[in-house]
Amino acid sequence: MTTVIIKTTTKYLAALILTFGAYIIVHGHLTPGGGFQGGAVFASGLALLIVACEGDVIRERFKKVPLSALESVGALGFLGMATLGFMGYTFFRNVIANSGFPLFGEPTPLGINPGYLNTGGTLPYMNIFVGTKVLAGLTSIILVFYLLLEVRENE
Amino acid sequence: MIEHLPALMIAVPLFGAFTTPLFKKKPRAAALWALSITAVTLCLGILLVKEVTTKGMMIYVFGASSPGLVLPSGYHVPVRIIFEVDAMGAFMALSAVLMSFIGAMYSYSHVKFETGLEKYYALLLLLEVGILGMVLTGDLFNLFVFLEIAGISGSALVGFRNYRGEASEAGLKYLIVSAVASLMVLFSIGLLYGEYGNLNMAYLSTQIGFNTVDIIALGLLFTSFAMKCGAVPTHYWVPDAYSEVPAGINPTLLVATYASLYALFRVSFSLFGKVTLTMSSVGWIMSVIGVLTMFIGVTMALVQKDVKRLMSYHAISQTGYMLLGVGVGLTVINDPAKMAAFGRDAMAGGIFHIINHIIYKSLLLMTAGALFYVTGTRNLNEMGGLARKMPYTTIAFIVGAAAISGIPPFNGFASKFLIYETSYQLNPLLAIFAMVTSILTLASFVKVFASAFLGPPVEKYENVGEVPKPMVAAMLILAALCILFGLFPNIVLNKLVYPAVDALLNLSGYQTWGGVL
Repeated sequence: MTTVIIKTTTKYLAALILTFGAYIIVHGHLTPGGGFQGGAVFASGLALLIVACEGDVIRERFKKVPLSALESVGALGFLGMATLGFMGYTFFRNVIANSGFPLFGEPTPLGINPGYLNTGGTLPYMNIFVGTKVLAGLTSIILVFYLLLEVRENE
Repeated sequence: MIEHLPALMIAVPLFGAFTTPLFKKKPRAAALWALSITAVTLCLGILLVKEVTTKGMMIYVFGASSPGLVLPSGYHVPVRIIFEVDAMGAFMALSAVLMSFIGAMYSYSHVKFETGLEKYYALLLLLEVGILGMVLTGDLFNLFVFLEIAGISGSALVGFRNYRGEASEAGLKYLIVSAVASLMVLFSIGLLYGEYGNLNMAYLSTQIGFNTVDIIALGLLFTSFAMKCGAVPTHYWVPDAYSEVPAGINPTLLVATYASLYALFRVSFSLFGKVTLTMSSVGWIMSVIGVLTMFIGVTMALVQKDVKRLMSYHAISQTGYMLLGVGVGLTVINDPAKMAAFGRDAMAGGIFHIINHIIYKSLLLMTAGALFYVTGTRNLNEMGGLARKMPYTTIAFIVGAAAISGIPPFNGFASKFLIYETSYQLNPLLAIFAMVTSILTLASFVKVFASAFLGPPVEKYENVGEVPKPMVAAMLILAALCILFGLFPNIVLNKLVYPAVDALLNLSGYQTWGGVL
């Protein structure tokens, strides 16, 4: 099913798409997009890689990747960030924002600015967790379809 | 910690749903884990009901610096997601947590030999989250999100036995119905949001007027929630979904159906409270749909041979009673004298019937699941003489059948009697239909009892025995509840049902978040 054209294109594009997906996830609190969108872009990069490789290689590689565990971890992380709010405030309270916490906890400056990555509190964490969940979920869906297609062809 | 209860009701089952898939290849552990999570949620639910019925409405503002901060300084409209739990929401939440617990207990044995059980329990907990979110939320978009969660996890569970073609078909049907209903809900939310720029139901209900866009939104919301609660003429998904879903999910799926009924009531009484106060036609539509639903449901049930399908048609028919009871109340909502004379009692009958029906229909569907467990068939013509082999199931079935037919002293009688008495005062024809339906219900359950439990023993089932203990325990708990609710209806009515009715009728209390403003 794979051809030289797909393989060559993938060689150049895959790294770009994956980086772009990661960018959308991490910059979710500054630019349009976020965990879900970035995760979907990331998964589409992985889909390209899956399509470009032979079925046996894919099966070998993904045997070791705990996709469903990653999904659970993403969801639990999201829930965990939301539960942080129970420390004195309410569920989903952004407790890290402007608190001086070294990662994403810097105070947000007022007024027009280029956007500072190290702000946002729990939002970037939630984006990263949602991104993990979405990329694991979508990749496993694609993988199931791809491997089913293989089975159909062999019959 | 008590003020965080509404959030914990969502957080705890959600935590359970996300951790359950980690028990891969350990189905026993997954089942026990889900059972303990549902037990914890049950305790939280009881606490919530106690809190709401003694201290009044509970407000929870997500992400605010304190749970009760609806309007931060300088704001005139609420901007955050708000959970607004009044007695009606707490009443539905109690049914949801109770039935999820019973369902998890029953499933422990019932689906023991299936594969993919960690996903089964994760979906069961997600379904619970969806229902709880729907009944606790005070935010229209949040309602849509939880409706989707309940719809998607529900349809995955309906198609759980995917090695059966019928199950996949039923799951797909349920998915399509859910998707269409959710889309219509989303569209009307879009209309209201475009018009008023806010999604909080309490705030929206103060703004909504009589213009065309609002009436379109009301029509769409009414139709889509009526569709999801299985009212005629959009009842076609109910028999498929209920009869194909594993019996352990039936209780929770029933509550999911009635969560849509709750949303229908919430839309009619609270969100569009100002409109329905002056338009008695909404109440008449609800009552007439109710009568049609109960009558068409029961006539279709009479001809069924498949035991679970027969009971599913009865589920449609019983939904009609709830619509009739509450519809009668909604019809006379603008007339205080009639309201005091019979409107409030009619609504109490309708709402009491929700929990009664959830209890006895779950019980009946679970006995049907037990029959399926031992015989491997759902066809009534192939069964017979099972009363000697399965005494506990037989007792549970008799209690459930008597309750659904409205025979005293079981719980079905208590709520049906309220509905007969009150709907007679609005229009005698309504009450006559309700009674005829009840008689037909009794007739069809006599048929089930005679063909499955009585008669000479069938050779094929020589060696079958009683179902495993967790299933028996789950059925007997529900049977006991049927009898208790029937013997002491006044306690349930005063503690749970009348507060729920008053909460639905208390529009100004809902609009001001229980007097926060």
